[in-house]
Amino acid sequence: MRKIFAALVVSTVLAGAAQAATVYPLDRATILTASPFDFKVEFNSVVKPEDVKITVNGQDYKTVLGKEVQFVAEEKNKDKVLGSAVILRGLTIATAGDYKVEVSAGSETKSVTWNVYGTGAAPKAKNVIFFLGDGLSVAHRTAARIMSKGMTEGKANGRLNLDDIPPAAFIGTSATNAVATDSANTMSAYMTGHKTAVNAIGVYADRTPDSLDDPKVETIAEALRRQTGKSIGIVATSEVEDATPAAVVSHTRNRNDKADVVGMLLDAKPDVVLGGGSAYFLPQATAGSKRKDDKDYIKLFKDAGYSVATDKAELAANINANGLLLGLFHPGNMDVTLDREFLKKGTVDKYPNQPGLVDMTKVALDRLSKDQDGFFLMVEGSSIDKMSHPLDWDRAVIDTIEFDKAIGLAREFQKTNPDTLIVVTGDHTHGVSIIGTVDDEKPGTEMREKVGTYAEAGFPNYKDENGDGYPDKIDVTRRLFLNANNGPDHYETFRPKMEGPFVPAIQNEKKEYVANEQYKNVPGAVFVQGNIPKSGDSGVHSVDDVLLQATGPGAEGFKGYMEQSDVYKVLADALALGSKQTN
Amino acid sequence: MEKLFSLGFNRRSVLGLAAAAPLLAATRSAVAADSLGFGELYGKYSVLGLEFSEKVKKLAGRQVAIRGFMAPPLKAEAAFFVLTEVPMALCPFCSSDADWPDNIIVVYLDEKQTFTQPSQTIEVRGKLEFGSWTDPETGFVSLLRLRQAEYGTV
Repeated sequence: MRKIFAALVVSTVLAGAAQAATVYPLDRATILTASPFDFKVEFNSVVKPEDVKITVNGQDYKTVLGKEVQFVAEEKNKDKVLGSAVILRGLTIATAGDYKVEVSAGSETKSVTWNVYGTGAAPKAKNVIFFLGDGLSVAHRTAARIMSKGMTEGKANGRLNLDDIPPAAFIGTSATNAVATDSANTMSAYMTGHKTAVNAIGVYADRTPDSLDDPKVETIAEALRRQTGKSIGIVATSEVEDATPAAVVSHTRNRNDKADVVGMLLDAKPDVVLGGGSAYFLPQATAGSKRKDDKDYIKLFKDAGYSVATDKAELAANINANGLLLGLFHPGNMDVTLDREFLKKGTVDKYPNQPGLVDMTKVALDRLSKDQDGFFLMVEGSSIDKMSHPLDWDRAVIDTIEFDKAIGLAREFQKTNPDTLIVVTGDHTHGVSIIGTVDDEKPGTEMREKVGTYAEAGFPNYKDENGDGYPDKIDVTRRLFLNANNGPDHYETFRPKMEGPFVPAIQNEKKEYVANEQYKNVPGAVFVQGNIPKSGDSGVHSVDDVLLQATGPGAEGFKGYMEQSDVYKVLADALALGSKQTN
Repeated sequence: MEKLFSLGFNRRSVLGLAAAAPLLAATRSAVAADSLGFGELYGKYSVLGLEFSEKVKKLAGRQVAIRGFMAPPLKAEAAFFVLTEVPMALCPFCSSDADWPDNIIVVYLDEKQTFTQPSQTIEVRGKLEFGSWTDPETGFVSLLRLRQAEYGTV
C-alpha cells in the first residue's frame, strides 16, 4: 500500500499537477517601508523562464517593484535537482499597504500577501535599550526575587528592578518551520520584524544547502545606519558571535557560521561590542583559534578604528573614551556570575579578570550616550539560557540577578534621559518551575524525602547580609527547588553544583546521551529518566509565551498577544525608522 | 603516579578485559613515556591566544602518556578521537561540532581500537605534536595531537 502511495506521489510531482511554489517573504510577512529585502520564488519542478508569471496587486511585478527577477533554471542539493527559482535581491517598497503577490509557472501557483508598514515621521524615543534575557522564564524571575530579596509570610522582602517595569505583552515565539524555537530565529524576529526558521538569522530559510545565500531581510542595525545617525551597542556574556548578539547585525541560515558572523559584525561596525568569543577572531595559526582561515579579526577591528579591551581593567579604562570599542573577555562564552564572582569555578582560574554584565552595560551606556543622535543598545543576559540547558538552576538564577542589576543601570539612566525606551524580554522560555524547597534538616538520608511541597516547603533561608543583591551562600540548608519538565537521562542531586556547571548527560559511542555518572555517587542522588530523544544533550526550550515588559516613550505600542516579529514594528515606530533622519 | 607510567599496555588484554581494573599491571611496555596532565598543556591563557607550556614544547616529538576521557567519534570513519579532561557532552549548549573546549587533545590511533564508554578513564600513549593542524578528511582543527597512539582503560 505504502509503495503504491509513494508511486502516486512521484507521478503527481512529475506530472506537475497543481502544487504550490514557495514565496519569500512568506505569506503575512510584515515589511518596513523602504527596507531592503530579497524576494525569492522556489518552484518544485524545473520550469521555463517564459512560463513564470508574477503579479503584484494584479499588475506586472516589474511595474510595482521596479526591478527584474533573476531566473535560476535548476537549484540543486548535491546532485538532486530541486526545481527552478527566481530571485530579486535588495528589493524595497516605499509605500505602505497590502501587496498581494501571485506567482505561477505551469501548474505551480502561489499567492501571498505582504503588509508593508510605515512609521511616524518623528521618533518617540531618542534611545532604545533592549534587554534580552536568553531563555528568561517566569521561574527565573521568581527565583531571582526570592534568592536576592527574601520572603516573609508570603510577601517578597524587596523588589527586583524588572519588577517595576510594566508587563506589556505576551510574545509568541514559534518559528516558521516549527512550533518550537531557538535563540537564532527568535532574536531575528525581534531584530528584523520577520519570523524565520530555527537556527536562521536575518534571512528566510530557503531550500539550497548554502547557508549564506538565503533571502535576506534588513536588521535593526542596518535600518538604524540607513535612516539615523544613532550609535549601536551590543553587550552579551556569550560569544559576541552567538545567535542573540549576531541577530542584531547578521544574515545566515545557520547560526553556527560564527566565523562569518564575526565578519558581518565588522561590516556593521557597531560602536560598542562587548562579550566573549575571541576564539573566532584569531587566525587559525594562533593557539586557541576556532577559525579555519588566516584572517586576524583583532587586527581588522583595530584597523577599522576599534580600541580592543580584553579584561576588566582595560574595559574600565575605556569608560569615557571616544570611538569604537571591541571588548572580548573570553575565548568562548564568559563564565557565569556564580563562578566569576563567588565560587571561582568554570574557567575563572584561566581568565580571572572577566568583567560582568553590569560592568559592560555601564561602559556601553557611558560611551553610547555621548551620541547627540541617540543610540540603540542590546544587552543580553546570555547565560540564563546557557545554564538552564544543563539544568543548573542556581547558576541560571544568579545570572538572572545580574541581568536585573544591569536593568537597574538603565533605569537610572532613564531618570535623567526620559527619552529612552527600555524593553525587557526573553527570546524564548524554558520548561522550568519552582515547586518548593529542599531542606537538608529534614530527617533521613534520602534527598527526595527532603523536598518540601505545599506547606512543607516553608521558606528558603538564603541571606544577603552584605547587601550586594546576591545570596551570601548558594548552598544554604533550605533552598529553592527548581525543576525542568524535560531533559536527558541524568542524576538529580538536589544540591547546587559547587564544583562547576552541571553536565547532566554525556554522549556514548552510539551518539546517545546517557546520565553523567560523575553525579551518581552524590549522597541521595536519584536517577531521572529522560523524556526527550536520546540525541538530546540537555533540557530544551519551551513553546510557552514570553513576557515582554517596557517603559518609556513608545512602550504603549506593546499590548496583548503579539507575534515576536511585531515587536520590531513597535521599535521601528519608536525610532521612526520609516523616516530619514540624516542628511 | 610515577610508578604508573612505567607500566605498559597490551592491547589484546585491554580489549579482552576492558572491565578489569588492575589491567595496567599486565605487561611492561618497551617504550618509556613521560606523563603529561591536562593542567600542563598551556603556559599562558589569554583572550588573544594561548601559549603552549614549556613542558609541551620539551616533550614534542616524544612518547607521552595522558589520562582523560574519550569523546564519542565525530564520524564513524574518523581516524581520530578527542581526549578530554572530563567526560563531556559534545558542545553542551548548541548543535555544532565546533565548540570544543581549548584543552582537548586529538588522538590518532596507530591501529583501530574499540571505543570506550564516555565515563571510563583511559590512558593514551603516543607521540606528542603541537601547533595548529587541520585534519584533511574532516576539517577538524587541533592544537595538540598524539600520533601513532594506543590506549587502555585505567
